[in-house]
This record gives sequence, C-alpha cells and structure tokens, in this order.
Amino acid sequence: MSTQISRPIYLDYAATTPVAPEVAEAMANCLTIDGLFANPASEHALGRLAGRAVEQSKSALAKLISCDGAELVFTSGATEANNLALKGAFEFYGKRVAKPHLITSKIEHKAVLDVADWLEQSGVAVTRLAPDANGVISAQQVEDALTDDTLLVSIQHVNNELGVVQPIAEIAALLKTHPARLHVDAAQSVGKLAVDVKALGVDYLSLSAHKFYGPKGIGALYVCGQPRASLRAQIHGGSQQNGFRSGTLPVHQIVGLGKAAELAAQRLDEDLKQAAILRAALEQGLKKIDAVTINGAGAEHIANICNVNFAGIAGESLLYALPDLMVSTGSACNADRGEPSYVLVAVGVDGRRPQANLRISLGRYTQLEDIDLALEKITQAVARLRRISPWWSDA
Amino acid sequence: MPIYLDNNATTPLDPRVLEAMLPWLSGPYGNPSSVHRFGRLTRGAIDNARQQVADWLGVSANMITFTSGGTEANNLAIKGLLAASNAPQRIVVSPTEHPCIFEPAELLANSGCDVTWLPVDQQGQITLADFSAALEQPAAVVSVMRANNETGALQDIAALSAVAREAGVPMHCDVVQAAGKIPLSFTGLGVQLMTVSAHKIYGPKGVGALVADAAVDIKPIVQGGGQERGLRPGTENVAAIVGFGVAAELAAAELAMRQAHCQQLIDQLDAGLQANAAITVFADGAERLPNTRQFALAGWEGEALLMELDRRGIAVSSGSACHSGTGEPSHVLLGMGIERDLAYGAIRVSLGKDNSADDITTLLQQLAELAR
Repeated sequence: MSTQISRPIYLDYAATTPVAPEVAEAMANCLTIDGLFANPASEHALGRLAGRAVEQSKSALAKLISCDGAELVFTSGATEANNLALKGAFEFYGKRVAKPHLITSKIEHKAVLDVADWLEQSGVAVTRLAPDANGVISAQQVEDALTDDTLLVSIQHVNNELGVVQPIAEIAALLKTHPARLHVDAAQSVGKLAVDVKALGVDYLSLSAHKFYGPKGIGALYVCGQPRASLRAQIHGGSQQNGFRSGTLPVHQIVGLGKAAELAAQRLDEDLKQAAILRAALEQGLKKIDAVTINGAGAEHIANICNVNFAGIAGESLLYALPDLMVSTGSACNADRGEPSYVLVAVGVDGRRPQANLRISLGRYTQLEDIDLALEKITQAVARLRRISPWWSDA
Repeated sequence: MPIYLDNNATTPLDPRVLEAMLPWLSGPYGNPSSVHRFGRLTRGAIDNARQQVADWLGVSANMITFTSGGTEANNLAIKGLLAASNAPQRIVVSPTEHPCIFEPAELLANSGCDVTWLPVDQQGQITLADFSAALEQPAAVVSVMRANNETGALQDIAALSAVAREAGVPMHCDVVQAAGKIPLSFTGLGVQLMTVSAHKIYGPKGVGALVADAAVDIKPIVQGGGQERGLRPGTENVAAIVGFGVAAELAAAELAMRQAHCQQLIDQLDAGLQANAAITVFADGAERLPNTRQFALAGWEGEALLMELDRRGIAVSSGSACHSGTGEPSHVLLGMGIERDLAYGAIRVSLGKDNSADDITTLLQQLAELAR
C-alpha cells in the first residue's frame, strides 16, 4: 500500500487549534526588549506597562464569558484550572461535612477524572454518573446523586470526544437549592459556543486558550464572585493573582489568550455558521457510507466535533490508512495508549466488536474542499479495509 | 527606552529565541499527544528542546520535567518529595529562600508538617555546622538556593549536599537566579533535584523545569493526562518549550562572554557604590552573582528610591518582584538579621547581557545626586 504524503488536512481542532495570526502577532510584541517584556509584578514603568497588558487581556476574556475580570485566575491551561477548581474547592469546603462528596461523570476529561481519583484517595466520596446512549448526563441524575455531603458537582460543558452539550443551566438551576457548588470544564466550548457564566449559573469554569486559536500553556479558571465561590490556591509563593495562583505572569501567553478571546467574541456567529455548513456536508458524506453511525447523534451537539463509527474494521488500521488526515480516535491525551476510548465505552459502544471510531473536529480555517477531500479519502479507505476485513461481509 | 536594571525579575527575550518560537506559534500546530503527523512534529520539537536544556545543565534528557515556570517546579519539588517520602514529614529550608519555597513550607507547617528553618548569618550564608545540626534528624527534603534573588549571595551547595547525602536527606536546589550567570552543573552541585526557569535566561515566561535524579521518587501535584511521564500533566506549551531550549543552548554557548561582561559592569558598579558614603551594600562580604547588588541609600525608603529612579528612566527593584507592593521589608534581609529600618531602604540592581557601561555610569550619577 502506498502511503504517499500529500497536503495534510487538519481536522483535529478539538485536540488543539492553530494560533490565529492576530494572536501570534500580539504575543510577539510582548517578548523582546522593544516590547512588553517586563515582569508585571515589577513596580517600574516597564512593569506597569506589562501589568496593563495583562489587565486588558483579562477584560477581553471576561467579556467573552460575561464575567468580571476580578473573577478570573490565569493558569497554565485547563488541566491546571480543573485541578485548582476541584482540589481548591474541597480544600476550602471539605471540613464542613463529615464525608465530602463529589459528583462527576464517567465521560469527563482525564484532567477531571484523574483529580477525582486523587480526591477519592484522600477521603472524598466520588459518584461518577453514567451518561445515556447519547452521552448526556441529565439534571435528574445529578439530583438523584445529591446528598447532604455533596460539596461539588463537576460536569463538562461539551464532551471532547462526542461533542455532546450537557444541560449545564438545568443542573445549575437544580443546585440553587443545595449548598453544593458547580464546576464546569468548558475547554471545548469557550470561544466556540456562546458561554455566559452568569446565565449558565456556574460557580467555577475552566477554559483553555489553545482550543480557540490562542496559545498552548495558558488557560483560566472563572471563580464566581457573587454569590462568592471560594477555593484554596494550589501553587504557592509570590502571591501573584491575589495569591490564588503564584508564579510570574506569562505576559505574552495572557495577551495571546486575550486576543483569542477578542477574536472569538467578534467571530462567534460567523464561526458557528461556517461550522454548521461544514458539519452538514461532513455528515451527509459520511452517511453515504454503509454501516456508519454518528456517536451521540441523538443529543444536542457542538457543530465542530463529529464522532463517527464504522463497523467491521479496526480503528488503528483506519487511522494508518489515512496518513494525510489529521484526525483522532479519541482525546489526544489518550492517543498513545491504544485502549478503546472510555467515553465511547460509557455510551455503550462495544469495545470488543471490530469497529473504527474517528473523531473529526473542524474549525475556523477548515474549507469545504477539506471536507470533500477528507470524505473521499475516508470513503476509499473504509471500502478498501472492509474488502480485506475478516469481520465484514458485503452480503 | 528606560535603562533596564531588573534582570533578576525577568529578562527580555533574546531575538534568536523569538525567531525559534515563531514557527511554533504560526506553523505546525498539532497537539504533541496526537499520533498524526502534526502531533509527531510538535512532539519532536519538545524532545529536541528537552535535549538542549539537558545538555546545558549536564544531565540526561529524561531527568527534565517541563513545568509552567520556576514557581511550579519549586512547588513540585517540595510537595512532590514530601508526598512520595517514607521519611518523617519534615522539611528543612532557610527563611531567605524565594517565596515559592518558603510559602509552601509555611503552609505545610500549618497542616502539621515539621518545618526546620535554617538560620543564615549577616551575609545570608548557611553555616555547615547549622546545616549538619538540622539534618541530624531525618527529613523528607532539604532545599537551599544556589544564588539569592535579592542579594545575589551564593551558597556553597556542593559542601551542603555532601552533608545531606551523608544524612540520607534528598536535597533540592533552586538555581533559577544562578543559571546562565555562573557555571553550573547538576552533578557538581551534588543535589537530587534542581529548579530552572526560562525567563531568567532570555527565554519566555511560562516555562521552567524541574531536574530530578532518576532515583528520586516524586509525586505529581497536578493530575490528568500522562504528559511529562505523568509528573506534569497538561498539553505542553510547545512554543515556550522550544524557546526554552534555544535560550538554554545560547546560555551554554555564551556563558563565558556574558559572565565576563557582567563582571566588568559589576566591578564598575561596586567601585561607584563604595565611593558613595550614603550607600550600604548588603551581603557584601559574601561571594555573589556577578550581576546582582542590593543596597540602601541613606535617607531613602526603597520604594521611594525605586519610584524616583523610575521617574529618571532607570528600572530597578526594591527586592523580589514577587513581593513588590506588599509594603513589608525584604524577608531575605530580615532573615539575615538586618534591622527593619535599614531593610526598608533596600533596592536591587540586577544587570544583564544587554546592559552597557553607560547604563552603570548613569545609575551611579543619579544615586550620587539623590544622596542626601
């Protein structure tokens, strides 16, 4: 089989997005001696200039998610933001009840699940809700799992593999009458869907710049100021960000995040419209292939993530048959393990049945011709693999 | 453009580092954990940078764990060692460490960990006798910095680490300020763990590393995803890591030149400070970094002097940038037993590779004018 390398088609926007040119330019202006290179904690004029750039970026991000700048803590990314929210909340509120309780789901990102495991080892009771066949966690399930000791509920806004949107506002509404706080991992939604933290009613919300055309290595945690949600810092020493996250503020990264937020706010409608058109073309093409299922198709979706199942062939072989197609079989963070995705297993995809699952995720720079080309390659590869597959018969 | 004499707070990025970073901001954009071509490209860039940092420090690449900076690396060293240790929950540190060492220590003390504070003398030095006495009891970690960020005073780490090794206590050394300014080798220091930061060596902010001997067990302080061999999960900051690698390579290649340049400027500065009768230099009996001087000008509070110099176009610090604005005198100077009134007067001048003799001349002129 020839694996001739041609123009790569990047359809892995859920793993990471390219940095927008406007963002890269803004970042480059905050690094060298002729730019805003100083430490924002320094008290001299150069330090103050850098500090002002940080504040402006914070305002841009605050505007994107409809909060106040004072409610944002910059972190090194969504993983750290999730760690800060979960560990920080349990450290702060943990002593209020006899047996602190966390409610989360089985299909959260590893950056929540691993923290849940860690909390469990340190004495927190953890309930991991199973999603329905479409990947949805219902408010009813959360309500049923609540106890007097529940301190935190952590549910992601959009699932990173399925693209399913969870009923966050409903869950938040139900928690109005319960002291438990709500944390939402919004790494896959901020900058792509309209996210209004006040309208959603969340207490903590994690986000990451590199999922919406900003740089890697920067994210933020929203911590609701009114009614006040509290937490304890996890990285100490230096007292930056009011002590909630110590460490020299990486000005260029923060400015990159701010610029990405500004662009997202401007382009949200346009990006959404484009994603819907591309998504429709993609699904239409995929459905022409025999024995194809869109995983989680019955639930509300983010347009840019499409998780598709092809019966009768192995996932690895399909990925190797598509060398020019930058897609994934699940979350990039689990990509190197060769295990079936725990998210797909949780929505009832039978890991023992021979099948290939691809996560195809689109973005701002995806063209309709990229979709056409990808469909052509996928259609050919699936047909070829099925011809030689012992698990497939055309009959 | 003001004269920038605050290189211990942060250094401007070397244009050659920016050049290396730009392609990773605007070019291949894969997630290093993705198995496709773009993913592998970014993974390769990280591997390359890891080797550059390892070569600079004289260690093997698998000893490098990239973090979001020196603060996180120091937190990881202290908390990670403590969490993994079977030894009694006891930490030995000095009060003149950077806040990202002593604050975690203070917090751990509040939660029942036994913390022993090593005394320092008026020059900021830990004596071998005090160090040995502190390690008579078992401990999970001892941490001493190579160069103090405020005074620039150097600590003889090799001598201390020999004692720690004898006592069987894992030793961590924060070399954030020493790295790139004086020769440095992990094996030469003889410690098990070491922290470095990119933005102090003309690299980008937002990336640092913990260097750890493979035999040392540390637990991660961030959970989720298997990046950095599970010790530091989270999507890698590719562009910054690439920048760190190039900054490390340049730091190694240009060390002698940078050191000689700073030495020449600091000799000029020292002569000028000595000639000004109103100036008291701190830790002036200690061997210090060739770029750092902390001093007080009689009749001036440090903050006021900083502001006045700023007004006159010279950027200095009143201590650690991480502690600015708290209104408290330097914890380093108080730890050295300097009187509060004198400590309130402290300012820090820290030179870099881009400074010139004219910069020093201007500073000395201004200080002479401001002497009351």
